[in-house]
Amino acid sequence: MSTLPFIHPERVALLEQALRQRILILDGGMGTMLQAHELDENGFRGERFEHGHDGHAHDHAGSCDLKGNNDLLTLTKPDIIRGVHAAYLEAGADLVETNTFNSTRISQADYKLQHLAYELNLEGAKLARAACDAMTAKTPQQPRFVIGVLGPTSRTASLSPDVNDPGFRNVTFEELAENYTEATNGLIDGGADVIMVETIFDTLNAKAALFALSELFHQRGARMPVMISGTITDRSGRTLSGQTAEAFYYSVRHARPLSVGFNCALGADDLRPHIQTLSTIAESYVSTHPNAGLPNAFGEYDETPEHMAGVIGGFARDGLLNLVGGCCGTTPAHIKAIAEAVREFAPRALPSLEVAAA
Amino acid sequence: MSNPRHTRLSGLEPLVITPELLFINVGERTNVTGSAQFKKLIKEDRYDEAVEVARQQVDNGAQIIDINMDEGLIDSEAAMTRFVNLISSEPDIARVPFMIDSSKWTVIEAGLRCLQGKGIVNSISMKEGEEQFLEHARKVQQYGAAAVVMAFDEQGQADTCERKVEICTRAYELLTSKLDFRPEDIIFDPNIFAIATGIEEHNNYAVDFIEATRELKKRFPDCHISGGVSNVSFSFRGNNTVREAIHAVFLYHAIRAGMDMGIVNAGALTIMDDIDAELRERVEDVVLNRRDDATERLLDIADNYKGKRGLAVVETLAWRDKPVKERLSHALVHGIDQFVVEDTEEARQLSSRPLDVIEGPLMDGMNVVGDLFGAGKMFLPQVVKSARVMKKAVAYLLPYIEEEKLRTGDTGKNNGKIIMATVKGDVHDIGKNIVGVVLRCNNFEVIDLGVMVPAQKILETAIAEKADMIGLSGLITPSLEEMSQVAREMQRQDFHIPLLIGGATTSRAHTALKIEPHYKSGTVWVKDASRAVGVAQSLVSKDLVENFLAKVRADYADVRERHRNRGPGKQLVSLEKARGQRFRCDWDTYEPAQPNTPGVTVFDVYDLAVLRPYIDWTPFFQTWELAGHYPAILTDEIIGTQASELFNDAQTMLDKIVAEKWLTARAVIGLWPAANVGDDVEVFADSARTTPLGTLHSLRQQADKPVDRPDLCLADFIAPKASGKPDWIGGFAVTAGIGIEPHLARFEADYDDYSSILLKALADRLAEAFAEHMHERVRREFWGYAPDEALQNDDLVAEKYRGIRPAPGYPACPDHTEKTTLFALLDVTRNTGIELTEGFSMYPAAAVSGWYYSHPDSQYFVVGRLSKQQVEDYARRKGWTMLEAERWLASNLDYDPE
Repeated sequence: MSTLPFIHPERVALLEQALRQRILILDGGMGTMLQAHELDENGFRGERFEHGHDGHAHDHAGSCDLKGNNDLLTLTKPDIIRGVHAAYLEAGADLVETNTFNSTRISQADYKLQHLAYELNLEGAKLARAACDAMTAKTPQQPRFVIGVLGPTSRTASLSPDVNDPGFRNVTFEELAENYTEATNGLIDGGADVIMVETIFDTLNAKAALFALSELFHQRGARMPVMISGTITDRSGRTLSGQTAEAFYYSVRHARPLSVGFNCALGADDLRPHIQTLSTIAESYVSTHPNAGLPNAFGEYDETPEHMAGVIGGFARDGLLNLVGGCCGTTPAHIKAIAEAVREFAPRALPSLEVAAA
Repeated sequence: MSNPRHTRLSGLEPLVITPELLFINVGERTNVTGSAQFKKLIKEDRYDEAVEVARQQVDNGAQIIDINMDEGLIDSEAAMTRFVNLISSEPDIARVPFMIDSSKWTVIEAGLRCLQGKGIVNSISMKEGEEQFLEHARKVQQYGAAAVVMAFDEQGQADTCERKVEICTRAYELLTSKLDFRPEDIIFDPNIFAIATGIEEHNNYAVDFIEATRELKKRFPDCHISGGVSNVSFSFRGNNTVREAIHAVFLYHAIRAGMDMGIVNAGALTIMDDIDAELRERVEDVVLNRRDDATERLLDIADNYKGKRGLAVVETLAWRDKPVKERLSHALVHGIDQFVVEDTEEARQLSSRPLDVIEGPLMDGMNVVGDLFGAGKMFLPQVVKSARVMKKAVAYLLPYIEEEKLRTGDTGKNNGKIIMATVKGDVHDIGKNIVGVVLRCNNFEVIDLGVMVPAQKILETAIAEKADMIGLSGLITPSLEEMSQVAREMQRQDFHIPLLIGGATTSRAHTALKIEPHYKSGTVWVKDASRAVGVAQSLVSKDLVENFLAKVRADYADVRERHRNRGPGKQLVSLEKARGQRFRCDWDTYEPAQPNTPGVTVFDVYDLAVLRPYIDWTPFFQTWELAGHYPAILTDEIIGTQASELFNDAQTMLDKIVAEKWLTARAVIGLWPAANVGDDVEVFADSARTTPLGTLHSLRQQADKPVDRPDLCLADFIAPKASGKPDWIGGFAVTAGIGIEPHLARFEADYDDYSSILLKALADRLAEAFAEHMHERVRREFWGYAPDEALQNDDLVAEKYRGIRPAPGYPACPDHTEKTTLFALLDVTRNTGIELTEGFSMYPAAAVSGWYYSHPDSQYFVVGRLSKQQVEDYARRKGWTMLEAERWLASNLDYDPE
């Protein structure tokens, strides 16, 4: 698979060049930025869904709330999404993530909007593409890149939702692979530069995504760089599906990713040992985009930009990082502070593979 | 910074194969082809226990576990998926990487789709050419696994060092040049074959492996070398001491040559230094092929090491000096009936009432037996022998007890009364009898109504006897329907005692879905004899019963709930689509074999001595709930002693059966012109195929399969009428059970359940052996398409021959009623004495019948679930109403009938 040409070889060359030169900056959380707009049900529906579910569902309008379906805003409030992308680019992000975290058939089925999966990915990628291109035009010496995001979906392929029946699964590998194929087609067609499988709770979901990607690349005869980012769910130091950081990396390494990392669930302090592990063993670049600390009693993230940037500056000083950004609770202010904190440090060097006699 | 090319695997935790690890143990027990016990658990849907096997492997030090579900009668893909999902949910098992082992690619893919970690595929090879090999390897990469590459190419498996190295080298070049396969993810399996077989060409096999390993490790230092170690000692089956010595010596040399992974029984590895010096030297001679007479020299001393374990201890009579209570207890625990009458009499004289002997020393002894059995320290054959002792003692006391009763009106107490019966239409009772014995041992009064008992008789007896519970048993699928019928009847007649369900085809799911909903006063499925006592005791205990039944009800409600919510599962395809994807062969070039002896041939009074070597012993041990593969079971660490003892008893009885002609074996076979029409086969009297004799109806799989895998139907293996090819079909019915009754009666009169069950089990085995033997004769003589076939019994058991003999009522042709046609064509009852019951069970029970198919590609398969569309079609072909069709095909319906 690593022998296939890239779909956009010139953009990959620019990205790899930048990665060799410095620590690249990812954007921050989308959810926090959207909450600030305090949209109500009508706000989420916009004109298109004012009277129901796009004509595809048989229910009455309003039988299923669309509020909270952040990905839908790509279609109903594109200006808001554009604004978020622009704010992160202004703050110094080299790469922005598409607003497609839940844009899979499985996740959209919760809103009875599964038929929108391809469209959400296509339009999500287009919005990010336009924002990056506009910024690159202003600062041609610093090209910006679109990360097409594949989220974890609302189901887990290696965990049973039924405690009494550990052998039961509510989603199969094949279903997930189909979901991810559809989403990825949208992301590629909308202009993504790389694909990131992120917030991986269950490595088997991610493996289905990686399988779908390799099949898709095989069929298209060309590939796209792949970034992988897992989630250590709590201080036990394991993913939700029970793997240690090292086991997680070995499970996804076959995709020969551009980068591997961890995001979400924990703040930067708690992620450090796991990033350290990846930094020691990974042949690829290492990324992280932590939350702004752990949620407080109100479920809000309150780690300040200064604190977060201070911790992450330490990662960079110790040579652990190639890409860094923020997840839940982070804002353009966090990204700006992080960008400044890591600017003076060299990126982590890729290990050379010890080539044996053969 | 540099990262060495180590193989990096993972379960929940990483496994990096560094040189310091020296040798990776891959656990071999979760493999249905290697472990009879595991196979039994999977076949019987006992996944809870199968998961425990995996756990033991990891506990015993397996660093990876090998999982294999390749068995004809198992839906291997479904079993692989379910088992991997289950063990993935057990953190102490899932921490290690899994090796997905199958000869079928689809099964491997099913396993890979459940693996969140990085596992190993076992195996891929160039057996079917480079293209297939590379396609599979590419998929292995996409799923993120390492791969075992077998030294197997288009020419076959490599046996010489040169071929092993050549094939592995070619595979390596392909994987690393045509694909970007990581060298460290390649694990070569250069084939370990049996040595010391007596065949000269085999003498160098171990050396070939070791030398190939050395050369491969030199050429490809990043790759690994693995193999199935127990193969090497295969010719010393039954002599574990010598086998383990061979393994130890072989591994010692192979590991030094570079072997760094092996599929082994992690708990049973011997250290070189622990081997007796003489044995070690001779084993090394064999392994390293150091002298021409190495095999003979090892054989000379091998027997000295035989049976170090598993040998029956010679009983001394020291226990006879103990007080009578202890003597009775000893006799019960050890199943010795020799002195029981005199001991019972002595105890009676010491007691104030005869009943005190039963309620005192005898019950105390039986309690010891029950406890040992419950704790897994005693096994079923021993318990049955103990029961024989008990029964004899009780029989001796009975007249005294009756006398006492008349005098005082004291009737003593027992745990409870249970009515047991094999339901209408079914004649199988070995399992039921065993359960009866076990219950009696635990002081239940068992009223056994025998076999083929109509519902009304069961219910009337229960009322008359004021029974505490009813136990139903059955082995064939129509019995399932009869059991729900009995449950409905109990409800209608307002019964309030619990109903117990048991027997080979019953299951928790079936009981929950189809029986329990019909009866309100408690229905409990009893998995096997060892569970029967616990269930019965809970049901008669006033303290326990409510809780117990509430738990069972909740459990079954849960099963039903899950069944409702299981989703559509794998959707069946339409009948048209399944038929469109039928098994095909190039009929134009196919020449059907013409039989030497067409028509019907009868064999009256067949020599049992001829059949004896054809016995497959493994199922015999299963009857006694001893799990394991024969002959390995005889030396099994845990049950070896017991298995050997049972085996010796069986041999002794077989000697008598043969010499004294206790049983008469009869058979009838037939070979007729036949032609395939649709899903049916028309059978003719004449080779012009103009005079029809009858029509055989077959059912077709409706699984959603890739286009290259047919939806099978037995009729497909016969040349279509349109092809004009003169094809044939055969039928057979054999029995080894004629004349069994007087012997059973004799044992029963002697209170000897042990011998009675033993005889039935042996008659069953002889009937199966007869079917095997007759099939071989048909292939070689009567049909004669394989005149030169020469297979050993192991090969016969493994079905390594051309053609099949599916039996109506079994997975490839689940409709039992087709036996009517078979019996008519062969005039079975007149020719052999075998009768068909109304439930299509054969009497004597020790009987086998079925069809012969000769097509080289004919195979056993599982028809599985049927759509309503096919059931309607089948009903039309059979001239049945839908109601009849749904009744006889109840176990296969994919829908809930009205």
